[in-house]
Amino acid sequence: MTQTDRIFRVLSWIVALACVVFLMLPIFITVAASFSASPVYTLPPPEWSLRWYALLERRSGLWDAVVLSLNLAFVSTLISLVLGTLASIAVTRGNFRGREAIATFAVSPLMMPGLVVGVALLQFFREIGLRDAYVSLLLGHIVITLPFVMRTLLASMAQFDFSMIDAARTLGLSYPKAILKVLVPNLAPAYLTSGLFAFLASMDNYPISIFLTDARNKTLPIKMLQYLEEQPDPSLAAMSSGLILLAILVLVFGARTVGLNRMIQG
Amino acid sequence: MTSRVDRIALLAVPGLAYLAVIYALPLLMLLAKSVQTAEGFSLSEYRAFFADEYNLRVLWRTLRVAALTTLLALFIAYPTAFVMSRAKGPWLTVFLVAMVLPMSLGVVVKAFAWSILFRANGFINTTLQWIGLTEKPVRMLFTETALVIGAANVFLPFMVLPIYAVVRQLDRGLPEAAASLGAGPFFRFFNVTLPLTLPGVVAGSAFTFSMAISMYVIPSLIVGERQQTLSMLIARSFLYLRNEPLGSTISAVLLGIAIFVVVFSSWLARRLGARQ
Repeated sequence: MTQTDRIFRVLSWIVALACVVFLMLPIFITVAASFSASPVYTLPPPEWSLRWYALLERRSGLWDAVVLSLNLAFVSTLISLVLGTLASIAVTRGNFRGREAIATFAVSPLMMPGLVVGVALLQFFREIGLRDAYVSLLLGHIVITLPFVMRTLLASMAQFDFSMIDAARTLGLSYPKAILKVLVPNLAPAYLTSGLFAFLASMDNYPISIFLTDARNKTLPIKMLQYLEEQPDPSLAAMSSGLILLAILVLVFGARTVGLNRMIQG
Repeated sequence: MTSRVDRIALLAVPGLAYLAVIYALPLLMLLAKSVQTAEGFSLSEYRAFFADEYNLRVLWRTLRVAALTTLLALFIAYPTAFVMSRAKGPWLTVFLVAMVLPMSLGVVVKAFAWSILFRANGFINTTLQWIGLTEKPVRMLFTETALVIGAANVFLPFMVLPIYAVVRQLDRGLPEAAASLGAGPFFRFFNVTLPLTLPGVVAGSAFTFSMAISMYVIPSLIVGERQQTLSMLIARSFLYLRNEPLGSTISAVLLGIAIFVVVFSSWLARRLGARQ
């Protein structure tokens, strides 16, 4: 190893550590602000307090948004996992033309501008006369979650040994049962990862949802932005800290069961 | 045998039909509408859009901010991916957690956290004054620099992870072999390591760029209405101005750029893949 190599290595480590600090910075700020006694966001806080956590209870509008967002994220992820599994099996195992095109198409919503998809869905739903905000939001959120699921499942199924399915069928399981009892448990890390990312993407979506909400159905990011414009007090930071704690618990669970590295790489 | 294959192909139908109806069809309808007027096919909306100097400025700003964001993210992500691929035990956990945990903080709160940091009396300014770098607070909020930093922060994991995936599978023997043949560090990097990791760089950059040209929440919290981006123009024309033709036209322009990025990056990825 030459001198230059050593310099490169030290520089890389400096950038990498700076990267970790940079990525974690918004989390530190949010958590610090949530324990501040001050009603405006000043850092470091003049005094520590739990008042914003106590206030959370009375912010009922926020809770409705949390419940709606959790509901949408859960249902859309679940539907995407089912649709994604079927489509991924077809792409991996099928022997027909255009399989690559299908894979690209299914993952493409990830790279399309959210606001444009939102506008298009708004006009489309109006055209077909769909007025229910929850249904519109759910249909829109499946477009967000499905690509995450497809991307990970396609990569994992390419590595999966499908002769195990054939073996299970020889032993008497029907095809659907063999998929459910052999493929799904074998790809558990891929399901956990893609489900988690899809769930988070749905929870965090603003640009598509903004066009599909009505006065009663506001998702969390929409409610939060509106709240920040109206009364930017740290109760939002308190709630976000709660969600971070939840995410840490999920990460610990994921690390224990499938391992963090495998989880992130699907 | 053929019937079994056909039946497997059918499994793709529900998901594809879903995306065709609830994603592709609405986008096509949007495109169709943008070239349609009462008199029939017309590009007048586009002509009007590109004739307006303000729109061109917004378009240019959107592309510039996205390019700068992608560059900054790439600059941070590339060395980080290499360090991550060598890190073991607790260090690897630290890196992986730093990539995933920030995703649990929504983009709204993240952008707001950055707007707090960039304020005149914010943490960065007080620190700069405390170490004596400046006497007066520096104006950071509402600047393009602040927007690029904030956006790079939000999109960074999407740049690191694809590069990390490629670097992890990189055969360490190749640069070493080059070294034993007498190649210097710079030659090795530019002729061995970089070409092998380019597919990850292309994937990460394409993803970051396409997210950055269409971001809405981050600019609206960090730079505000003063410096519009294409997404903000779209939101404004639909939600406030109620000018749907204008909104559809800008949407079509943004969609065109996004489709170009997808097609170009997958062409580039295929070429790079074929060369190896």
